Amino acid sequence: MADSGANNKKKPRLIQGNEACAYGALYAGCRFYAGYPITPSSEIMEIMSRELPKIGGVFIQMEDEIASISAVIGAAWAGAKAMAATSGPGFSLMQEGIGYAAITETPCVIVDSQRWGPSTGQPTKTAQGDVMQAIWGTHGDHPVIVLTASHVREVFEMTVTAFNYAEQYRVPVILLLDEVLSHMRENVFIPEPGEIEIIERKRPPSLSDFRPFKDLSFLPFGDGARFNVTGMAHDEWGFPAQGQEAERQLRRIIDKIHVDVESLALFDETYLDDADSVIASYGITSRAAESAVEQLRAEGLRIGFLNLKTLWPFPDFLFERLPAHIEYILVPELNLGQLVREVRRAVQGQRGQSLRVEHLGRVDGSLITPQQIIETVHAFTGSRISTEGAPRC
Amino acid sequence: MLKEPYQEYLRSDELPSVWCPGCGNGVIVKALVNAIDSLKLKKDDVVVVGGIGCSGRTPFILDFNTMHTTHGRALAFATGIKLTRPELKVIVAMGDGDASAIGGNHFIHACRRNMDLTALIFNNAIYGQTGGQLAPTTPQGKRSATSQWGSIEPNFDLCQLALGAGAGFVARTTVFDFQELKGFLERALWHKGFSVVEIMTSCPTYFGRMNDIREPYEMLHYLKDLTIPQDAAAMEEERERMRRLATGVFKDEERTEYTQLYRELCETAKAATDGSRGE
Repeated sequence: MADSGANNKKKPRLIQGNEACAYGALYAGCRFYAGYPITPSSEIMEIMSRELPKIGGVFIQMEDEIASISAVIGAAWAGAKAMAATSGPGFSLMQEGIGYAAITETPCVIVDSQRWGPSTGQPTKTAQGDVMQAIWGTHGDHPVIVLTASHVREVFEMTVTAFNYAEQYRVPVILLLDEVLSHMRENVFIPEPGEIEIIERKRPPSLSDFRPFKDLSFLPFGDGARFNVTGMAHDEWGFPAQGQEAERQLRRIIDKIHVDVESLALFDETYLDDADSVIASYGITSRAAESAVEQLRAEGLRIGFLNLKTLWPFPDFLFERLPAHIEYILVPELNLGQLVREVRRAVQGQRGQSLRVEHLGRVDGSLITPQQIIETVHAFTGSRISTEGAPRC
Repeated sequence: MLKEPYQEYLRSDELPSVWCPGCGNGVIVKALVNAIDSLKLKKDDVVVVGGIGCSGRTPFILDFNTMHTTHGRALAFATGIKLTRPELKVIVAMGDGDASAIGGNHFIHACRRNMDLTALIFNNAIYGQTGGQLAPTTPQGKRSATSQWGSIEPNFDLCQLALGAGAGFVARTTVFDFQELKGFLERALWHKGFSVVEIMTSCPTYFGRMNDIREPYEMLHYLKDLTIPQDAAAMEEERERMRRLATGVFKDEERTEYTQLYRELCETAKAATDGSRGE
């Protein structure tokens, strides 16, 4: 990283989303990467294989994605900030390990550069089809944090945030990118060390009465506290628990995320003060939404914009507090209706029939365009503009 | 109760273990802690990683840094631990299902990489914890909950697999011969590189009951008769050899260990970077 940007702090660098992700991870203190090649995430792995040995970090290419996430969890318990990056098919394989990381409260970061699915699908075509899998992919109720980004600059920042949240909450954090964002190049100012706060694992006040599954404090193997880690339901010491203790522990690890939903929620709100319609989007689709909102505003429509960067825990409060004059929410996303379900759930009961939530999906492997969003808004609001000369999708 | 010297390595609160009366796994654990004791390893510097199944319960009762992982992945978890903290002694307790079925991929690649891990395979030739189903190690013809008419599948020779995949230390013994087991474990722990010890262990509850070897002592004799020292194996008729698994140390050769190679790689990368900065 040092030879690739930090020396030129005044100059932006034209880098790919995947490069920004790798540099963000290194900036955050990631010192262990285990992975398996898969399009469109492989550049993250290639950069980590080049950079980590220079700074004494560990890179290893494992035999599959299950081994990758398992090695990442092992490394985290040996004290390292650790990550793996993958895409849909590999992300499916990692679900086993994500569940283990969730119940063992292992800080780690998993990056999923989404591609068209299911199965092998279209490996080089973009999608936002892994949202529900990121939230609910592994079996059982479990805590995860799911983040996303829509600019290359933001990929860097959100990767750092992913590590910070992982360390702060002792939880697996999933960062959802997509094929376009992974491979798109944009100018990025790489921050100097110290410009972004880096959160480190909280150590217990003393070794003697350390309970590894009591709270957010953490000690790695080899530091003198000889405890047990297990994927079974367990007590505060890491030994099997059943019944009420199993329930109490499960509720604790889920509550530790959900009680902090407001501080975990990263988002941008624009033009909500006078809006009667809102476009709520996330990830790469927010680029088109942002552009559409500006064009609709120029036409005189009272339209607002909500860009979500934290997808889970879902920021229900943002929708609960929407001004009463908002009658319509459009959720564009590159799938057949995933995050829109969360939006509908969040507004349900608050406003009854007076607030309509509509979905705009696209699953042909291309991006939703600003024009598509504009036309959808026009169709609902009854407003009409000339579409003459505008590109059709 | 008479205090045994190895008791300091056990978590007394977690005993008795979940293992059935007559299970051979306790013999392996006793041999393991004796071997660790003879190597004078500090408890804080030892990590024991287990998979899923009866053998996977080993970490719970041992007073080291312990980790009970997912089915078949113990070696992958151990790989992450060892690479991050190479100074720790990492021991992996797997079952035959872990090593040969669901985790077969991780097993062959761990053998190939030659990281300094000690892998113990508790081979009871059956899936004990789930109620006695067929394993890839169940001898052909034997019965299980999912081969009630006798298994038609040829059973895996895990030592041959380990040798083929490049493990540096490969040995097999049974819980019948405690002294040999302890000796093999000591040698495996000393070995700098990936070591595999396959231990044929007894499961009177499932394997024994389903195959008319119900008593624990009968199962121990069954294991003795199932195996043959490798020197003797070489002299037997081929047909006889097919029915009996050889025991002994099949390989004990060191090659450069993975974490050492990785350290050297880091030095090369760092030197190249420092050099390019100086230009």
